[in-house]
Amino acid sequence: MTMAATTVTMRPSRGGVFGHLSDVLWRNPRLTLFLMLTPPLLWLGIIYLGSLFALLLQSFFSIDEYSGLINREFTLKTYAELLHPSNLDIILRTLVMSATVTVGAAVVAFPIAYYAARYARGKWKALFYLGIMLPLWSSYLVKVYAWKLILAREGILNWLFAKAHLTWLLDAWLALPIVGGNSLSVSHTGTFLVFLYVWLPYMILPIQAALERVPANLVEASADLGASPRQTFTKVLLPLALPGVIAGSIFTFSLTMGDYIIPQIVGTSRRFIGQAVYAHQGTAGNIPLAAAFTVVPIVVMGFYLWFAKRRGAFDAV
Amino acid sequence: MTHHMTAVSFQKVSRHFGAVRAVDEVDLEIRPGEFFAMLGPSGSGKTTCLRLIAGFDQPTAGHIEIFGETAEGVPPYRRNVNTVFQDYALFPHLNVADNVAYGLMVRGVPRAERMREAASALELVKLPGYGARKPSQLSGGQRQRVALARALVNRPKVLLLDEPLGALDLKLREQMQEELKSLQKALGVTFVFVTHDQGEALSMADRIAVFSEGRVMQVGTPEEIYKRPRSRFVADFVGSSNVLPPDFVARHGGAVGWASLRPEAVRLSEHEGIGATIVSRSFLGASTRLSLMVGGQRLHATVPAGTSLPDDGSPVRLAFDRADLHLLDDQP
Repeated sequence: MTMAATTVTMRPSRGGVFGHLSDVLWRNPRLTLFLMLTPPLLWLGIIYLGSLFALLLQSFFSIDEYSGLINREFTLKTYAELLHPSNLDIILRTLVMSATVTVGAAVVAFPIAYYAARYARGKWKALFYLGIMLPLWSSYLVKVYAWKLILAREGILNWLFAKAHLTWLLDAWLALPIVGGNSLSVSHTGTFLVFLYVWLPYMILPIQAALERVPANLVEASADLGASPRQTFTKVLLPLALPGVIAGSIFTFSLTMGDYIIPQIVGTSRRFIGQAVYAHQGTAGNIPLAAAFTVVPIVVMGFYLWFAKRRGAFDAV
Repeated sequence: MTHHMTAVSFQKVSRHFGAVRAVDEVDLEIRPGEFFAMLGPSGSGKTTCLRLIAGFDQPTAGHIEIFGETAEGVPPYRRNVNTVFQDYALFPHLNVADNVAYGLMVRGVPRAERMREAASALELVKLPGYGARKPSQLSGGQRQRVALARALVNRPKVLLLDEPLGALDLKLREQMQEELKSLQKALGVTFVFVTHDQGEALSMADRIAVFSEGRVMQVGTPEEIYKRPRSRFVADFVGSSNVLPPDFVARHGGAVGWASLRPEAVRLSEHEGIGATIVSRSFLGASTRLSLMVGGQRLHATVPAGTSLPDDGSPVRLAFDRADLHLLDDQP
């Protein structure tokens, strides 16, 4: 018989340091886990979270208005400064922009993600991923400057509106308070459009992943039981995709709250939190106030997640 | 002539997916209140037919009527037809009661009333008090019952069941077969049941349509289908008959032509009969299935357990009644 050629059942250890190491690690799964997790946990704990706490600590210091030196005594004085009308204005503007960008991104992303999850197969799916990821490969700064050109008064968007004889519509929009301005590139609308463009992939991908996990026959079952397409969307699809929408909104919301480049290049001269942080830690040298500004997005995100969890957004996970 | 009402009627219905003819010119008449089984191997078009009745799919050609009304172009949510899905398709984010009450909820039935209805539907499928659980907390058999309750609570004119017992183990499957049958009798609802399990179709259905390659090969009562298969395919698929060539049939007393012979119609005898050799055997519990060689012809026989059998390779003698040799209509 052919089997007779093998005379031993247990082959000897492969020998050498690595052979023995393999055997030892195989016998001690805990040791393996320890060796695997220690380096990343050290990185996360010391360098990542540690520096974050160091930053937060700064927010409890204050700055001496006359000397410009940092007073290292714990105080809530810096936080009180956040409540100055001018600072509160920055916070509010940033929150409204983040929320608008998030809602806009969710609305634009859902149909794309639905198509990708439900219908795209093979080469179309590859094309979808490429299309979504491609903008992420190019420089963020280049994209934002490109948008500045697109949105400028001499830009292609204006030209398109003119060709379509819709300049009056654009002008009417730009004449509106808050969202309007001299041109799209110096309006909040422009800032919104660029944010929407830049963060959209971060909304599409989690929604697509969530929809991918929703079996197609649930949609059929819903229709079978008499639900109209709209009811199927609100009662089945949306609740099941909600964890993905929330995940995506965490990205778009927090990325918008922290960004300082986009509103700098495209938009009005009114500042966002990111710009305030940049200004205070840089030229003004007011690290405590910059740190206090940084705490705002963290607290907002904390509340947002707590609220989402309470509303059962993660029940379907 | 009185108008004979049919529950579901297919008139030359086809569903092609590109070059694939999933359903090819199918004619069917399903009667009101009957337990109708669509039997066939996978890819034979039975599930596509079910989906055409449910409205998930539209025919490429032909005409479908459900209780006299045209079905083409009517979306599933406007059909008074409900489906029990193969993998149940329960909504994971809703508890059992809300799953069962879903059809009533989307129709705007007030909460108190639909919860009452859901509770009684759960009682009907022997799951009283399970309303607060999530589908993930149930066993396969329980999920199947919830899916059944969720469909029945809407009082459908036709209930479609897509291999509903496929995922259950044998014991549970047999129990559910009996329950489904008695439930159908009690409710009087038309059941259309898709299965690839011929035993299931034979034991449960009032009538069976046997599918192959998108076509209906034969429609009839279980007994007709089993005893008088019209084609080689039906003979082979329903109960794995011996399909015998004309020369064999002529030599052993039948007319000239292809014929089927049920394995259980073949007896082993001591002295008289046709000489054969046992090639192999498989033990089936209540019976033993023998593979025999008669001349150059392979033949299967099912003999009761406990029959004393010689070893493989031994010569035996076998006999069968001429009446059991059933001539096939379509000669392959």
